[in-house]
Amino acid sequence: MQISGILSKKWFSPVATGVILVVLATLPVYAAGYTPILFTTIYMYIILSVSWALFSGPTGYMSLATAAFFGVGIYTASLLGEILPLPVFILAGGLASAMVALLVGALTLRLKGIYFAIFTFGLVMLIAQLLLFFELHVTGTRGRFVIVIDYNTIYYAMLIIFVLLMLIIFLLRRSRWGLALQSIGENEEAAAHIGINVTLVKVFIFALSAFFIGMAGATIATRWTYIDPIIAFDPDISFLPVLMAIFGGMARSYGPIIGAVIFAYLQEILLTKFAELYMLIFGVILVVSILYLPNGIVGLIQKLWRRIERRRYADT
Amino acid sequence: MPILEGKGVTKYFGGLAAISNVNFNVERGEIVGLIGPNGAGKTTLFNLISAALPTQQGVITFKDIKITGMKSHQICKLGIARTFQSVKIFPNVSVLENVMLGALFGKTTSTSSEAALKEVEEILDFIGLSAIKYNQAKDLTLVNQKRVEVARALATDPELLLLDELMAGLNHTEISETMEMVSRIRDKGITILMIEHVMKAIMSICDRIIVLHHGETIAEGTPEEVSTSKKVIEVYLGE
Repeated sequence: MQISGILSKKWFSPVATGVILVVLATLPVYAAGYTPILFTTIYMYIILSVSWALFSGPTGYMSLATAAFFGVGIYTASLLGEILPLPVFILAGGLASAMVALLVGALTLRLKGIYFAIFTFGLVMLIAQLLLFFELHVTGTRGRFVIVIDYNTIYYAMLIIFVLLMLIIFLLRRSRWGLALQSIGENEEAAAHIGINVTLVKVFIFALSAFFIGMAGATIATRWTYIDPIIAFDPDISFLPVLMAIFGGMARSYGPIIGAVIFAYLQEILLTKFAELYMLIFGVILVVSILYLPNGIVGLIQKLWRRIERRRYADT
Repeated sequence: MPILEGKGVTKYFGGLAAISNVNFNVERGEIVGLIGPNGAGKTTLFNLISAALPTQQGVITFKDIKITGMKSHQICKLGIARTFQSVKIFPNVSVLENVMLGALFGKTTSTSSEAALKEVEEILDFIGLSAIKYNQAKDLTLVNQKRVEVARALATDPELLLLDELMAGLNHTEISETMEMVSRIRDKGITILMIEHVMKAIMSICDRIIVLHHGETIAEGTPEEVSTSKKVIEVYLGE
């Protein structure tokens, strides 16, 4: 019996997942203070990039609506945070975003390529400006306060959303709907002609991804105490998940996770240690990685793995 | 009672009538050929039947159900499957998954994955793709990609199969194999409407032929009648 046989993927994978989950779930106990705050941010970016990749990865529809769904979640939290318990208003944030996605998806998912990307980005601007107008002319306020929740609770809320998202993706990939979604990306016309209701599948998955983005927004809003339309609908949030997913690599489902972890950590380090050079260094890393890692970190891992495999064959 | 019937079917592209006032019918169990010079409107007619394009005027009925105005996926579920002139497979998934998608989504009743897999294995065997079922569809030769399209269409359990230039680009051996395959599909009780340019194929396997020219039906009948029709010869050979 060889070691590689014992560590066969079949049972190694669930055990590894279990260990990681226990380590993450007990993190605030042994690493109190700053670490859970950093990890909350990392989970948030993972949720954003994985949710984005959930829809845009297989279908090839480039959505830049992430900031819109995120912002809707944030505003829901600020509106309902005082009157509803935490899990309920987080869920409400997700549902509100999913409703927006259903509406927008039904209207715009017939647009293809760059038109869809531009429209979804326009949506971010539209909602932000509408809210700004509403606050200026109707309520006469600027921004809102959000209920403050302690950092450990936020940490667990974000962790639960993250785990739930991974579970949904795991199930989806094994279901016929995952295959249907991929077939739409590969050839939408053929998919329609073999009986797949392409509009329904696209809109549903778009709404599902918005649901998780909205929940992440509602959760993180409680850490910010004050929000206004410009803060809540930050256009960066539309682009960062795309960059993270591409940087991590889209060929494997763990690609966007790796990308998000590295980016979020990098952002934190750069912001705290080199505040003035933050954007410059960020940009350089991005350019270099796009030039030399066209398939992202996943591509690099696969390349290295193949090299190791080849060496192993050469030895025998 | 024809299985498929079109009355006054019309489709304009801008000011150009791609299909104008076409009447047609296909009887159950027939192989009907649809021929005509390039630009005659053959593929457009297929697109109207399968709702890839909306019909502007006229009515198409399938088993006495009006299908004009329905969506492509609904028409597929009713029992009409098609292939495409330019092959439209799912390139980055396996042959098995291509066909599996048809079996999982093409029917009105929901199918369990096990039942669908069993069915797909049978179809792959029937079409002759079993040996390469785990290959990615994009790596296949043209003839095999066309077979994947046919297998995927069959997996939706159709009563009527629309074949758009199945023989185009194939060599002699492949054409005879494909002709034999089409006959075997008909023997399963599936009605076939096929667009074809390979005359040898169309003349030997079709029960009836419809000739389109400039979006209008100019002849209809058995292969003998059509091949001796003066109008058809004029269109194909010039006056």
